[in-house]
Amino acid sequence: MGGMFSFRALRDPILVAISLVALWQVLHHMAGDVAVTAPAPTLAHLWEMIGQARFLPHLRETGLAFLQALAIACGGGVLIGVVLGGHKLTGEVAEPILVGLYSIPKITLYPVILLLFGLGMPAKVAFGALHGIIPVVLFTMNAVRNVNRTYLRAGRAMRLTPVQTGWHILVPATLPEIFSGLRIGFSLTLLGTMLGELFASQRGLGFLLMTAIDLHDVKTILAIAVLISTFAILANAALLAIDKRLHRGAAPDTSGK
Amino acid sequence: MSKATWIRAAVLIGAVGALEIACRSGAIPATMVIAPSAMVVALVETLQSDDIGAHLSQTLSAVAIAMSLSIVGGFVIGFILNWVPFLRRAFSPFLAAYYAIPHFAFYPLLIVIFGLGSTPLIVLATLFAMVAMILATMAGLDRVPRVLLKTARIHRLSLLDEIWRIRLPAAAPHLLSGLKLAVAYSFIGVIAGEFILSTSGIGHEIAFAYDNFDNPRMYALILFVLAIVTTFNMVVYAYERRLMRRRGA
Repeated sequence: MGGMFSFRALRDPILVAISLVALWQVLHHMAGDVAVTAPAPTLAHLWEMIGQARFLPHLRETGLAFLQALAIACGGGVLIGVVLGGHKLTGEVAEPILVGLYSIPKITLYPVILLLFGLGMPAKVAFGALHGIIPVVLFTMNAVRNVNRTYLRAGRAMRLTPVQTGWHILVPATLPEIFSGLRIGFSLTLLGTMLGELFASQRGLGFLLMTAIDLHDVKTILAIAVLISTFAILANAALLAIDKRLHRGAAPDTSGK
Repeated sequence: MSKATWIRAAVLIGAVGALEIACRSGAIPATMVIAPSAMVVALVETLQSDDIGAHLSQTLSAVAIAMSLSIVGGFVIGFILNWVPFLRRAFSPFLAAYYAIPHFAFYPLLIVIFGLGSTPLIVLATLFAMVAMILATMAGLDRVPRVLLKTARIHRLSLLDEIWRIRLPAAAPHLLSGLKLAVAYSFIGVIAGEFILSTSGIGHEIAFAYDNFDNPRMYALILFVLAIVTTFNMVVYAYERRLMRRRGA
């Protein structure tokens, strides 16, 4: 076992990353500077932008909105999921509603969110959390539901206190599945926050992006897109590695999710 | 019908009723949310107005094209990735992070490449929706029980027969959930694109109504989109249930 950062595990993604940059370069040659700027100048522009003092407040705004939305999505999602998973009837009532909400194009609801929360930070946080919370609820609910009854009976036979049952049985049994939900919630929260910033926003990376779109500043558009995508891919790879490690000791996934 | 179904119906009706009362009594001002009954009335009026037909047909045809492309393309790509471990290993980190990428940032570039019109919207929505189908296809094919494949080998099924008779039916539940996501994501792609930069379409009309404080028209169109997607999902859901029942699950 070479560990999760072995050369072999890294080789293929690196090859894909290199081919993506190559594809970018080819697109640049085909479409020209008007549509796609070349990789090297774009990355240089990104580096220069990050160095500028006026860039930092936007980055902080987006980061803060994302972190708040993530906290709501994860905390609220796990809490609701535990309740729905623990109580059978409530879970049965709520599950189809949640699945229905999950597959609704939430972007159409953004004007409603703006009317409810007003322009600014709260609307972005609400929209991000709205995207992220449902998968967390669904995964947590399934995890709690699928806890092996034998473990609980074994715990009772050993006369564990409720706290001990929670810590030694419920947490280890549900953690891998809940973590998978949190990983998906992470990506969707980021997507929701970014979407929220694209419309009717005065600060943040999304606002910079919209300004660049209005000015047709292709270099800045691509630089910001690369910055966010890189962050998303790296964060996700790290979460995926933890996810795999958590699932390694767990029973094979039979829930079909 | 089971007890849960009844309670669910009661909860939903209660929620809509509570919203209706809250709006009618003025607890929620009409500048924020209009009463559900008013939304329905506005929807009927909006659908009867002359100018709406072009917007609806533009958006719905763009969604239909994007949806078909992403379902077929996503299935084929998912199948190939599942078949070739090297490609899968290489692409999976990118696929997993795909939905965190702000695709809409690339919309202006698509406009420059394809010109203003339906094409950049369709490309955007297809790019957005296809990966959901790829992921669902891979998840479905991953979970085909080994024993079924062994049975196929015992019966000496040809490769095509094995795919058609064993792999596809076994992966069907995942393929159906991929289908549902592909529909929702096609709508998101087209409507978000129309929000950002467009001169027509449902998304543009919603944004236009929002900018002009025309809440009845805005809520009518939102209701319209949500009703279409929900109806589609319920049809798929009913089919899924039938499929599961036939398998004795």
